[in-house]
Amino acid sequence: MKISSPMEIWKYLPGTNCGKCGEKTCLAFASLLKERKKKLEDCPPLFEPEYADKGKNLAELLAPEVREVEIGVGARAMKIGGEDVMYRHELTFFNRTALTYDVWDTMNSEDLRERIERITKWQKFYVGTFLNVDAIAVRSVSDDARTFAECVKAISAQTDFPLVLCSFNANVIEEGLKEVSDRNPLIYAANENNWKDFLDIAKRYEVPVTLFSPDLDMLNRLALTFSSAGVEDLVLDPGTYPTGKGLEETFSRFVRIRRAGIEEGNKGIAYPLMSVPLTAWIDGDGDKAEDALSSSYWEGIIADLFIIKYADIMILHSIEPHLLIPERTLVANLYTDPRRPVSVEPGLREIGNPTADESPLFVTTNFALTYYTVESDLNSNKIDSYLMVVDTEGIGVESAVAGGQLNAESFKDTLESFDVESKVKHKTMVIPGLAARLSGETEDVTGWTVFVGPRDSGRIPGWMESNWPPKNAH
Amino acid sequence: MPKEVTIADIMRVLEEYDVVELDDVRIEGDVEIELSTGVAVPPSLINALQSSIGVQVSPEVTAGERIENLVEAKFEVAKAEWNGQIEEVTIGASSSDGGTREKTVTIGGEKSLPFYNFDYQMPHPPVITVDCFDISIPLAKAVRGHYQDVMEDPGEWAKKNVHEFGADMVTIHLISTDPLIKDTPAREAAKTVEEVLQAVKVPIVIGGSGNPDKDPEVLEAAAEAAEGERCLIASANLNMDYERIAKAAQDYGHVILSWTQLDINAQKTLNRYLFKLGVPRGDIVIDPTTAALGYGLDYAFTNIERMRISALRGDADLAFPISCGITNAWGAREAWMKYSPIREDSDWGPAVNRGPIYEIMTGLTLGIAGGDMFMMMHPEAASAVKRVTQMLFGSEETADKEIMIKDWVKWKCK
Ligand code: SF4
Repeated sequence: MKISSPMEIWKYLPGTNCGKCGEKTCLAFASLLKERKKKLEDCPPLFEPEYADKGKNLAELLAPEVREVEIGVGARAMKIGGEDVMYRHELTFFNRTALTYDVWDTMNSEDLRERIERITKWQKFYVGTFLNVDAIAVRSVSDDARTFAECVKAISAQTDFPLVLCSFNANVIEEGLKEVSDRNPLIYAANENNWKDFLDIAKRYEVPVTLFSPDLDMLNRLALTFSSAGVEDLVLDPGTYPTGKGLEETFSRFVRIRRAGIEEGNKGIAYPLMSVPLTAWIDGDGDKAEDALSSSYWEGIIADLFIIKYADIMILHSIEPHLLIPERTLVANLYTDPRRPVSVEPGLREIGNPTADESPLFVTTNFALTYYTVESDLNSNKIDSYLMVVDTEGIGVESAVAGGQLNAESFKDTLESFDVESKVKHKTMVIPGLAARLSGETEDVTGWTVFVGPRDSGRIPGWMESNWPPKNAH
Repeated sequence: MPKEVTIADIMRVLEEYDVVELDDVRIEGDVEIELSTGVAVPPSLINALQSSIGVQVSPEVTAGERIENLVEAKFEVAKAEWNGQIEEVTIGASSSDGGTREKTVTIGGEKSLPFYNFDYQMPHPPVITVDCFDISIPLAKAVRGHYQDVMEDPGEWAKKNVHEFGADMVTIHLISTDPLIKDTPAREAAKTVEEVLQAVKVPIVIGGSGNPDKDPEVLEAAAEAAEGERCLIASANLNMDYERIAKAAQDYGHVILSWTQLDINAQKTLNRYLFKLGVPRGDIVIDPTTAALGYGLDYAFTNIERMRISALRGDADLAFPISCGITNAWGAREAWMKYSPIREDSDWGPAVNRGPIYEIMTGLTLGIAGGDMFMMMHPEAASAVKRVTQMLFGSEETADKEIMIKDWVKWKCK
């Protein structure tokens, strides 16, 4: 955005401090707009005729540096781009990299159905929520318009996931598009040869379109040509070379395009970027399981690089869990707002319906990630228990033991500050396996019985079977 | 023969689509409809016009001619200019420098972000040091298989790392010295270090057990035993007698690893203490703490990225090569656990496939943030991180195989 201080925003707001936005003053609202924690629509007066001009100007000033493009419709629609910074600590990254997995139009219908099922149903629990992947890319391997259209039709009957229709053949794209023209798919891709046809199609069907060229002058020319013709929902694919010198240059292209857009305000190229780690598979030369595993690792490597350096959407091939899990987790990590607190409140929590005499007391740190992991493991496995959260300054168990934030004294302090003794009568605590070395000293200092739990809270159910309730209580 | 259409016919169709009025529309004698830019006409409406009344609607719905040529343009972007430069640090000493290493390793020296060769060519590629331990330790199944035969012998373990797995360096972790593990005396630990130095000719990292009370004594004895070899002593940190470790490193000619926990200010403070003790800048590597993918990697990434950017902007307190303990990736349960403990999760697949990619992605991610040295464990993970960082560094002059990337759309998978 073009704004450097909340005062600049404030000048455009009604200035009545009416409070409809949920803030006490327009200035408070202005600073939240600046941080992109509130939206313009949260101030209703701005849309009254009196302020309409100011509202329009403000909308322009607040527009993100990288254009935001929407793909798909309804609840499944996703936004990509819309970024304002080069480094996440400068603000945050906003629209996570859309992970898009491929299907192709030469698959038989049974395989197609099953693959779509696997992609769309995949989920992984992480920090309080289930992660999913984002979209499906349909590749026209047949290069035949009818075959492609039928494939697209079958997919759209099965799922409402956003689609990316892929072919350099404009006829093929148009036939496919006819099947899903109301679904706002992304089409792929215009290049220096076919761009006139793609420009036509993008205009007539009003769908976002990808422009492809590893030659950045050409890519820039394509983008300027499309935008000057009024087609501005663009995605740029500067080519993903998966190995060698080509990879080094690919990395350079992604960084330089984003730099031109964000740091130099070059609107002509400030569009969402697409990377295609699927290219890692193209030179794989065997069908041995071993090769497939290392090709899949290489695809994961390319995904890693461009999730970090500026791909807003990427097309991937492997849907094996050993890639889906880390890829989607990395996206979650990079796109987490770094302004969110690292730690949760220390204290004593109740999981399920614990009883003072019989339920175990588990201990963990107040590092948010550790806390949520332990809490969800206990909840998911329906273990009625107490969870004591020690203030380790937001540091995880292993590091807090090494760094001295988790020790016998901090256990004692927490027991006392939250009067745990009045709630947990058996005076027995289960400390994390990674803090095993603290057990003796903790017993001495607190007077409680200390059990050493598993090294990973995912193993608490198994641990409970052999250790709880205690066989010979003191 | 084209059907005759009246304006009224068209209006009826428009009404069906709830279009009351069309601004910027001219309907000319030969019934060609042109809409100006900004008029949104649903494709379905155009189809309806075409099919129900046979009007030929030009596909070019925007006013003006069909664009025949691409707009001329050149893509340009400035290079990033930074004031600062990362210190260059050499680990290992060859015979000409009083050691016995056959090769040495130099890291750091950057004047740009990692792999931003278009700004300033990265002077040295990142290096990989592979772990070995002075005692048999519990390891994830995917890792254990590779080391089963050498777990009782640190010298053999070190050799395997170099000769079979191509490690640039070896890290010997003296974890058995921890009073809660085996309480191996410092003197004995020093012997282990000598063994490793005998076994391999690459530079080595000497790691303690992490016990803040015991480490100063252990690392001092180890530093003495390795005199002149210019090892990396791991590590000094704020909650222990770092002075004793720093002094030992200096007295016996080693490099010191300055370790803090995800805290820029603590890192600056510890580094300043080391300057005060007279440690030369060329003898410091920093370890700002590594967290595993999914378990704090975002904090580690941003912490390292911020440190590197501050250093390049001229903060001399932070301008040091960065070492990352990538083996921590195995702390992520996804790296080793057989099944998900969360019932609603989709199937996790075989754990042996997950472990290496967790280590790879943790390593590469921190490499992009600013890591210069990776302490790693799984051989395939180590070689994959090595390969990709070499490519990004620019070691390869050509693509190792010419592939037509735009053919990915038609790629036939096996
Ligand atoms: S709703 Fe608008 S006018 Fe009212 S206080 Fe908020 S910013 Fe000011």
